[in-house]
Amino acid sequence: MAGKAFVFSDNIDTDLMVPGKYLTLSKPEELAKVCMAGIAENFAAQISPGDVFVAGSNFGCGSSREHAPISIKAAGVNCVIAASFARIFYRNSINIGLPVLESPAAVKSIGEGDEISVDFENGQIFNHTKSQTYAFKPFPEYILEIFKAGGLVSYIKNQANLGGN
Amino acid sequence: MGMTLTEKILAAKSGEKKVEPGQIVVSKLDGILANDITAALAIPEMKKMGYDKAFDPEKVFFVMDHFVPHPDVKAAQQSKVCRDFARHTGLKYFYDVGNMGIEHVLLPEKGHVLPGDVLIGGDSHTCTYGALGAFSTGVGSTDLAAGLAKGELWMRVPPSIKFIYEGKLPPYVSGKDLILYTIGQIGVDGALYKAMEFTGPAIDLLPMDGRFTMCNMAIEAGAKNGIIAPDQITEDYVKSRAARTYEMYQSDKDAKYENTIKFDVSKLEPQVAAPHLPSNTKGISEVAGIAIDQVILGSCTNGRISDLRVAAALLKQQKVHPYVRLIVIPGSQEVYTQALHEGLLDIFLTAGAAISTPTCGPCFGGHMGILAEGEACLSTTNRNFVGRMGHPQSEVYLAGPAVAAATAIKGKIAAPEEVQ
Ligand code: SF4
Repeated sequence: MAGKAFVFSDNIDTDLMVPGKYLTLSKPEELAKVCMAGIAENFAAQISPGDVFVAGSNFGCGSSREHAPISIKAAGVNCVIAASFARIFYRNSINIGLPVLESPAAVKSIGEGDEISVDFENGQIFNHTKSQTYAFKPFPEYILEIFKAGGLVSYIKNQANLGGN
Repeated sequence: MGMTLTEKILAAKSGEKKVEPGQIVVSKLDGILANDITAALAIPEMKKMGYDKAFDPEKVFFVMDHFVPHPDVKAAQQSKVCRDFARHTGLKYFYDVGNMGIEHVLLPEKGHVLPGDVLIGGDSHTCTYGALGAFSTGVGSTDLAAGLAKGELWMRVPPSIKFIYEGKLPPYVSGKDLILYTIGQIGVDGALYKAMEFTGPAIDLLPMDGRFTMCNMAIEAGAKNGIIAPDQITEDYVKSRAARTYEMYQSDKDAKYENTIKFDVSKLEPQVAAPHLPSNTKGISEVAGIAIDQVILGSCTNGRISDLRVAAALLKQQKVHPYVRLIVIPGSQEVYTQALHEGLLDIFLTAGAAISTPTCGPCFGGHMGILAEGEACLSTTNRNFVGRMGHPQSEVYLAGPAVAAATAIKGKIAAPEEVQ
């Protein structure tokens, strides 16, 4: 499935993704509606399922609010491609099953509105508008396992079912 | 090859003899912190994982501090989820309106975090406790849920950067100025995924409160944790508060650092971070004169007793400028009480300040001091992102308590010397 790219600058912080006043929301469908409300109050209305966020360095800096990746995922965003991610945001995204891909090459070339699709298995990003392909850094093994389980909740549940502690 | 302070703690808590940067370890947790926002999200996640209570009800600290006292029904519902869980599962440490504090002021005060501990918190400023020589870091609600369920969490051992602060701090230059200056030098991703170890003669003399301020803002440079080797100052602080034993680790002489950065701070002037990034730091002389509508004195960065003392000393027998709203928010019930006994509250009230019960309030744009379009606030908090304290076209300048007090008096950003 291909989707269009939304391009963001460096240091997009979690206050822009879900401003503080919305932190009493917790349901994904409510958070979807305020996705990126710090940039434009009705930003979420422009997002269609399968679209892709593309950003510079340190995407997701600031607070530990998991509301941020939840709102992006719930808004229908297929994945986030960035030059680099802030640490807590990166971990949170993996934990809730939002793919976060590091690819400075992709970030350099992708323009606003380009049609993008991703092959997660083989670590490739396709730009259909510009007929280009970019590689992304594969996930480390421990992250891949959480990712395969569909997030940390099911990962731990599976472990418990296997008789682990 | 030796180990850094951060590596030693992680090695000890994960049962390893030696760890290296990049290595994945599963660490035992000495404490888990959550607030009204993040606990409410973590509790249902933990239940989905198949656990209905925390691994140890005595190692979990719930602090209702963000949306308290509740500004609206949604906030009240959120805290109620936490209260119900705490009561039903017998959490020993649940801090609510009337006995709470802002989480990162409160936990050290109560002796819940001690040197050598590993603690995670559902809040990015959990890195504050590195000031005690502990390893602490912020996590999201799903990691929090996993920690609550199992009492352990996987971590990647971070590479360490060593910061050496040479020289003696000039008057009115504090821990806040040191950390703002540092972030200004290395940028908001200058320590991404890394440990920031603060050392040197200026740190050796820095009181505990200033050390908390510095480690608090390590996250603003993208760091996983900030840390300061425990010494006599640390020991004096924790001795009377600790109810259990603790371990004062030191970095080895031959520990490996990814980078060493040296600053001479003997001529540093008070620092101000201009909108809209904490790294947009300038000396006070560059920004003095900018008109300000609101001043906030408080938060987990600068809401401790010594911060209030510095501000009160300047506000004594002075008046807050008629165009400025000065809001003073003591960081905890203990700080509030102490300020009362020392006569600081009297000084603030007489000067024309509003004093709030401890709360995060305006720091994250929650309540108690939201800004209108076009307004500017000078704040002792830690973030000045777009819209952080209200309208997307409002502005936040970050500074220490001395500059905050001077600015409140002058109605524009001012150096402390101007109001002495
Ligand atoms: S005072 Fe501000 S930065 Fe500190 S915990 Fe509260 S909201 Fe977060």
